[in-house]
Amino acid sequence: MENFFSRYKNPLTLMAVLFIQVVGLATQVKRPEGAKPGTTGSGTRLIRVWTVTAFTPIEKMFVSTGHFFSSGWHNYADLRGVRKQNRELQDEVARLQMEQVRLKQDADQARRLQALLEFKEKFISKTVAAQVIGTSGTEQSRVITIDKGSSDHIKVDMPVITPDGIVGKVKEVFPLSSQVLLINDHDSGAGVILESTRLQGIIKGTPLGELQINDIMSDEKVEPGERVITSGGDRIYPKGYAVGRVISSTPDRDNDPFLAIKIKPAADLSRLEEVLVITKIAEDTQAGEGPTPMRAADILSQRLPSVPKQDPNAPKVPGGTTTGAPAATASPTPVKAPNSAAAATEQKPGIAANPLKPPAPGTGTTVPANDSAKRSATGTTTATPGSSANKAGAETKKPPSTGTGLTTPAGASGAAPGATATPPKPRPAPKKTPAVPADSNAGASQPKAPDQSGTNAPAATPAATPSPAPEKPPR
Amino acid sequence: MNSSVSLTSREEIEVHRFSWLVSIGIPLVAIFLQVFVRIRLLTILDLPLLVTIFFAVARRRPIPGMITGALIGTLQDAWTLHPIGLYGIAKTIVGYLGSSIGVKLDVENPGSRFLMTFAFVLIHRFVYMAISLQLVGGSEAWMWSHTLLSALVNGLAAVVLFILLDKLKLRN
Repeated sequence: MENFFSRYKNPLTLMAVLFIQVVGLATQVKRPEGAKPGTTGSGTRLIRVWTVTAFTPIEKMFVSTGHFFSSGWHNYADLRGVRKQNRELQDEVARLQMEQVRLKQDADQARRLQALLEFKEKFISKTVAAQVIGTSGTEQSRVITIDKGSSDHIKVDMPVITPDGIVGKVKEVFPLSSQVLLINDHDSGAGVILESTRLQGIIKGTPLGELQINDIMSDEKVEPGERVITSGGDRIYPKGYAVGRVISSTPDRDNDPFLAIKIKPAADLSRLEEVLVITKIAEDTQAGEGPTPMRAADILSQRLPSVPKQDPNAPKVPGGTTTGAPAATASPTPVKAPNSAAAATEQKPGIAANPLKPPAPGTGTTVPANDSAKRSATGTTTATPGSSANKAGAETKKPPSTGTGLTTPAGASGAAPGATATPPKPRPAPKKTPAVPADSNAGASQPKAPDQSGTNAPAATPAATPSPAPEKPPR
Repeated sequence: MNSSVSLTSREEIEVHRFSWLVSIGIPLVAIFLQVFVRIRLLTILDLPLLVTIFFAVARRRPIPGMITGALIGTLQDAWTLHPIGLYGIAKTIVGYLGSSIGVKLDVENPGSRFLMTFAFVLIHRFVYMAISLQLVGGSEAWMWSHTLLSALVNGLAAVVLFILLDKLKLRN
């Protein structure tokens, strides 16, 4: 250090002298604020300007350092709060996401229920909406469990539907839940009609969970895509509801000469969430389909005299006093019917005599005699032959072979297919179906007021029947 | 005395001394003449600068040379309306450079004295203008012709003046 000063003594002295003079100069000079170079004024002394200018960076450095540490500390403290707040926000986001999902599910459910409601208001008089709460869990048994049971007036064999199509029927009823046998179960079955060709058949489930019709003759032409609807003949499902569409139609090698028609169900049976259990079918369910032409053979068969069965319990009242179809007039007499709604869905096929559902106006299809008075309110029904073996045609192993020829219900011709599950294909050996009332459990119903508008079934106008017929005469 | 390369002989780098009277009186006389004698020629001449150059070169010691220049310049500033220090700084630098260059150059020769003075006048003027314009905020304009003329006149005057002042040197 000493050498440095001794070596650079002269320059250092020069710098010192110059510095002193510059400082002295600066103490004299005042620079006005904002003054341009080359101007003097009574502003701030230059020494102050220089001092401030010289010390400002140092001050800034200290201040910046202080701010750095201060802000660092504050940032750290803030970060602690931010972490906590971040956790809270994440929880909030998670909660909102869950709520959003729940709301979305609620909205979807609301839409589905709205669709169900519209559907119900349009077709069904009384239904019970139910939630699917479980399945069988096996491929061997295609059963779902709904959250409605006997406490909700659910009964066995009530049809279960969705706006898309039929689902199945109630198989078991518990107080708070019920089991529904899906239509694609191999034990299930339903009477159906191919909508365009009016071919009737019985749709059954396969072990693979597919829907198949096996009782249509192979010489019939069935195109893929054809719509399949319920015939109503099974006494379970109302007529006209969508069942599905034809996927393929191939000759059935195991059941020659019939076709194996595979059906794609209209309702997504694998994703059921809400369903409707039909507890009561509206009288005008089929009103929208309009009058169906009645076959002359049917009319003729109705007008032909028949031998009524003797019912010892029924009063001897002459029927058809004014209609010209005495045997076919409303006959609320309780006639022993071999079938019931429950039995109709079991393994026996038969011609439908659906007591739950009126046939199309003027169809002259089979109606239980004991319902004729009730049906007469619509003026659409006549007492036509009904199959004593009318088991709704559902869940049969073989297609029905009855109901052909003149005595075949009109449904066989496609005029009113809902009343029968008889396959449309005439059998080689047609035989008459005895006109036996199908159901008697509703025979206690009183005849309704006559309806003069039943022009489509002139021979069976129940309005003209003041007294119930003792029984339906067989054809 | 100085081990660095020098263009002077042993006799030329001799350090001259002056009496206190000369050391104080000559600068004061120069300043007095510069301030109070209203001669147009003296407005071009810068007698305090010439005295500063002479003492710095003759003494050949930077510190006394710069102090001499600082004092003379400060006294000269006192008589002006400018902030004190403008001439002081300029003459400090000239005194330092003059004493430094006097060690390495032959400053006894009239030609070298002329060139040296000519250069110092330019340096002095440059430093003064720089300080005036940059630090003080002055508004003087740089005039090359006047500056060169002043340098020339001062250079010529220095040749004559320095011969006269050489008589005042103390002899061993």
